[in-house]
Amino acid sequence: MSIIINKNTKVICQGFTGSQGTFHSQQAINYGTKMVGGVTPGKGGTTHLNLPVFNTVEEAINTTRADASVIYVPAQYATKAIHESLDANVKIIVCITEGIPILDMVEIKERIIEQNTFFIGPNCPGIVTSDECKIGIMPGFIHKKGSIGIVSRSGTLTYEAIWQTSQSGLGQTTSIGIGGDPVHGLSFIDCINLFLKDEKTKGILMIGEIGGTEEEEAAEFIKSNNINKPVAAFIAGVSAPKGKRMGHAGAIISGNKGSANSKIQALKKAGVFIASSPAKLGETMLLAMKK
Amino acid sequence: MNLHEYQAKELLSQFDLPILKGKVFSTKISNLNIQKLKGPPWVVKAQIHAGGRGAGYFKNSFNKKGGVQIIQDNNQLVEISNLMLGNILITKQTGQSGKKVNKIFIEEGCKIEREFYLSLIIDRKISQLMLMISDQGGVDIENVAEKNPEKIHTVHFPNFNEIFINKNLQDKLDIDVKQFKSLAKIINKLVKAFISLDASSIEINPLVLDNDNKFILLDAKITLDDNALFRHPELLKLRDFSEENPLELQASENNMNYIKLNGSIGCMVNGAGLAMATMDMIKLYGKEPANFLDLGGTANKDRAIEGFKIIQSDPNVKSVLINIFGGIIRCDMIANGIVEAIKELNFKLPLVVRFQGTNANEGKNIINQFPGNISSIDDLNEAAKQVVELSK
Repeated sequence: MSIIINKNTKVICQGFTGSQGTFHSQQAINYGTKMVGGVTPGKGGTTHLNLPVFNTVEEAINTTRADASVIYVPAQYATKAIHESLDANVKIIVCITEGIPILDMVEIKERIIEQNTFFIGPNCPGIVTSDECKIGIMPGFIHKKGSIGIVSRSGTLTYEAIWQTSQSGLGQTTSIGIGGDPVHGLSFIDCINLFLKDEKTKGILMIGEIGGTEEEEAAEFIKSNNINKPVAAFIAGVSAPKGKRMGHAGAIISGNKGSANSKIQALKKAGVFIASSPAKLGETMLLAMKK
Repeated sequence: MNLHEYQAKELLSQFDLPILKGKVFSTKISNLNIQKLKGPPWVVKAQIHAGGRGAGYFKNSFNKKGGVQIIQDNNQLVEISNLMLGNILITKQTGQSGKKVNKIFIEEGCKIEREFYLSLIIDRKISQLMLMISDQGGVDIENVAEKNPEKIHTVHFPNFNEIFINKNLQDKLDIDVKQFKSLAKIINKLVKAFISLDASSIEINPLVLDNDNKFILLDAKITLDDNALFRHPELLKLRDFSEENPLELQASENNMNYIKLNGSIGCMVNGAGLAMATMDMIKLYGKEPANFLDLGGTANKDRAIEGFKIIQSDPNVKSVLINIFGGIIRCDMIANGIVEAIKELNFKLPLVVRFQGTNANEGKNIINQFPGNISSIDDLNEAAKQVVELSK
């Protein structure tokens, strides 16, 4: 088992024939992902990477019966691409694109809640169920089938978490990079909840960073839900200086939350094992599993 | 992207919001320049990208007052305006080095009866536009938020086309029906401005009621959403490059993210989270990072060379840690960039390189065969320890 995606998940790619779409679709195919086609407006009817190209998401879904869409479309066009896949009722949407306007995401967020979509990103590395399905830009070879569910707000630090859990022998069920934008799809809590329900996932590794209050909310969730699976976490940004700022609105809204220390304290209080250094992600997870 | 007060007010006046008449100056002024501004009183305001100006102080102090001064005499207005121009203003939000005042804004005065705080921001908790408003406006709003959070009221706007403000806000703010109606109009216009400008925050502090019972936006801070600037070419020209650190600017022009810090260990990393985590490790071993430098997810050889140039220009750097987790980018490609940069820039400082991921072994071989003051260490812990040792 795993969460959200598995070896049967059929995937299409939006921005399929572009350089990013081409490269990462090829990587996904090499990994064993069931890529079934792609969308590039104006190129419908052609073939790319031996797969059919469609003009619209709707056509692609009707023909291929895909479950998921991954978006590599440049930021200026990404909002439209997301709405297109929401219009076609795609259930799993992974948006890798970075730089989507926040107000566009506010509208998108409303739709994904309404439609109950698994939306991952934007500005994220994607999602991988080890040895089964890879959607996004994570390097394939660092994953290893195993028992840990990984959820992370960061990009390359996610790779570090995956690599270290592979090295320590634990391996992963599913690894998700939820992205660093202020308004995004799946949250820490959503992913933790899914991991708790997944039988194969025996432990959860969370990678957070300064800013926002999502880690604190996750800590509250863990504390109040009597969780029966060990959770380990690392929070990046202990050494980050307080940023220069404009005005007070940000400070008022986050209060005394948002700093690395606030997050670490909240997680500790919830019984989460904290990795003191990014070199100890695997080690800390292993320790949590043994307790 | 941050805007100056005078720019923010210019934009907001296009949305028919109540703003006082004012003029901006970037060179020394004389009496002639201010003839068209009604007064006394006048208010001179230093234009810098930071808050807390009124409570701040000037590096070359000329009176005991801050970056916002109320003036009653027109000769004094000219004198003080000219003393502010070119001076350095230090506030709670600028850091100790302060900010150079390249522009001043002179505004007509008004009689203040009451001061409110008002801001619009995206509440990331529920991904909706949110209004924060308080009748305790003025300099100490963060203090109010901490000690009397019940004095700050929030209203969410789930639908941009239907800006509904509950009447109970009238009591909460202790205003009458007429005032509530005109406040509601102001909020509506501000939301319209927020959306059509693609702002990420708008803050009005204070929003005042004058002795004519009229609301006036006495200060205005707007931050625009950088991600949305592509659809606002007209707003791009409001960017004030003099407010930005030249090295940070150079980095962003090369698609990298650099922030200058005060320590002695240079860092070069791919990915923001890993870059922060790398800085944390340096601190764990007792030293301070000299910078945050994220080469970005699509780092290549040329960018590595540009990164070296930026690190080299910081005289505080004693040693450098390069931490690359190859995913899409290949470690051998970065290794070639490092070697080339060392040769091209005659880089002498000790370097520690940690490669992991795609083509890490090939990368290490390139580093190990290079005769310079550089070593490759696999273990992240060891690498951080070593770079700290080398900086001593």
